[in-house]
Amino acid sequence: MEKVLMKGNEAVCAAAIAAGCKYFFGYPITPQNEIPEYMARELPKVGGTFIQAESEVAAINMVYGAAGAGARVMTSSSSPGVALKQEGISYCAGAELPAVIVNMMRGGPGLGSIQPSQTDYFQATRGGGNGDYKTLVLAPADVQELVDLTIEGFDKADYYRNPVMILGDGFIGQMMEPVVFKDRSDVELPEKPWATSGTKGERKPNIINSLYLGAEELEEHNIHLQAKYAEMAKNEVKVESFGLEDAELVIAAYGTTSRICKTAISKLEKEGYKVGLIRPISLWPYPFNEFEKINDDCKGVLTVEMNTGQMTDDVQIALNGRMPSYFYGRTGGMAPTPEEIVNKVKEILGGDR
Amino acid sequence: MINDKRVRIVIGHYGSGKTEFSLNYVTKLAKMDKKAMLVDLDVVNVYFRSREKAEELTKMGIRVIGGSINANALDIPMIPGEVMTAFQDESFDAVLDVGGDPAGARTLGRYVGYLTEGNYDMFFVLNANRPETKSVEQAVEYMIKIQDTARAKVTGIVNNTHMLKSTSIDDVLKGYQFALKVSEATGVPLRYNVVLEDLVSELPKDLKGEVFPIELIMREEWML
Repeated sequence: MEKVLMKGNEAVCAAAIAAGCKYFFGYPITPQNEIPEYMARELPKVGGTFIQAESEVAAINMVYGAAGAGARVMTSSSSPGVALKQEGISYCAGAELPAVIVNMMRGGPGLGSIQPSQTDYFQATRGGGNGDYKTLVLAPADVQELVDLTIEGFDKADYYRNPVMILGDGFIGQMMEPVVFKDRSDVELPEKPWATSGTKGERKPNIINSLYLGAEELEEHNIHLQAKYAEMAKNEVKVESFGLEDAELVIAAYGTTSRICKTAISKLEKEGYKVGLIRPISLWPYPFNEFEKINDDCKGVLTVEMNTGQMTDDVQIALNGRMPSYFYGRTGGMAPTPEEIVNKVKEILGGDR
Repeated sequence: MINDKRVRIVIGHYGSGKTEFSLNYVTKLAKMDKKAMLVDLDVVNVYFRSREKAEELTKMGIRVIGGSINANALDIPMIPGEVMTAFQDESFDAVLDVGGDPAGARTLGRYVGYLTEGNYDMFFVLNANRPETKSVEQAVEYMIKIQDTARAKVTGIVNNTHMLKSTSIDDVLKGYQFALKVSEATGVPLRYNVVLEDLVSELPKDLKGEVFPIELIMREEWML
């Protein structure tokens, strides 16, 4: 298919529609407003429905309903809006409902700002709602990857009967980049025999629910969920890395920040510094094993994020004390520059060469 | 450029490249020792607005009029009263960077009294690589809708077909053929062919419209 230029917020919608998404429920918030606008315009053309809900809470519960009825459904928001959706996401996870939730993160806490950030790493990877649950969290670094992960996200959500979160920063939503859509016209969507799609008098009614009146029964359900998450942790790790075997220092970064780091790494290379990169694409499950590939002489891992160091927890779990963990980040909607990262690396490795 | 009207209004589909065109245009004016002014009338976008480059432009002697409150995270569609300077102070050569789509062009309605035919240029920036303006019919429809909202007439088409930093000469030439067709369908002349500076030498010499070399001012080093 032909290459076109799209803004991330438009591309995520076109990807969802290409993946067979027919329903979108959401509530506007900057910097992702192009998403509801696009869906409002385009979904009716494919026989779908767009509803601007009265709130984020209403929107995620509409997602619960549509997913329960077997539809491919999406909602989107930005940080404070996704915070509001957490209850519904936990309900979806509890009732094992497939849905795609897009978060184009902005500065926080509270209402924060409309500029890009990555401050919802904990919210997304630890589960912002109640209960022992996990969502598959995918963090694209460019608009093409946003398209590919969104399409894949719908398939994974159905396969695992689990919510999938697309975690982009404001840049990913607002940036214009070339994209190509793969032809999916021959892909058949899976049957959903568990959905409340009408018995037609041929079977017992299906029930979609996250409430369990018996403690034994709920424990049983939790054991089942954990087994599912273990399978996801085994099969769904996505990561890009380079230079780990001879790096003096490794940078760990995801999303837009990883691109700024790549620019910094190539600047450093010209000055004689060997810096590797680990870019988690799935933030949950986290690519812990990738860190084992780092050579023993490496001076440590520098995590770079647009927050105050949320991912360093996972990096330190992965390193297990094997080498030091460093952090550099900007917050409030500020993005680190390649020069700032170069300086931080030099500070760690010591002086000019 | 010399023959363009004193007030230049830049409109187009959002994402067509209006801001890069506007920034490069006003920079060229400054280099020609004109008393240049950039007016950021974008109330549609929240990121990548020309006012973000105010500091660099001001250093070049360009007067920049953006939001009246200096806060980059402000999401309020505001138009400062200072915009009137562009219309009233005739010593300025002004470029008005208008928000995308008919929604963005609505801001121009406020200045309808100043927009009498013959005393302004309004450039319609076209990018044939944007999905919403890929067919001649779509492009013409966009142009008419924007004209209707702005209550002003497009006086020139700008071929700005690109793929960001990976733009090839084929993109530019594809856009050129496309812009010619839009020009034919609307009777509006093709005025500029925008091209990255290092591609200029590859352009054929007999193109209609002026060649307009640009550098990418809004794209950060790490962006595509």
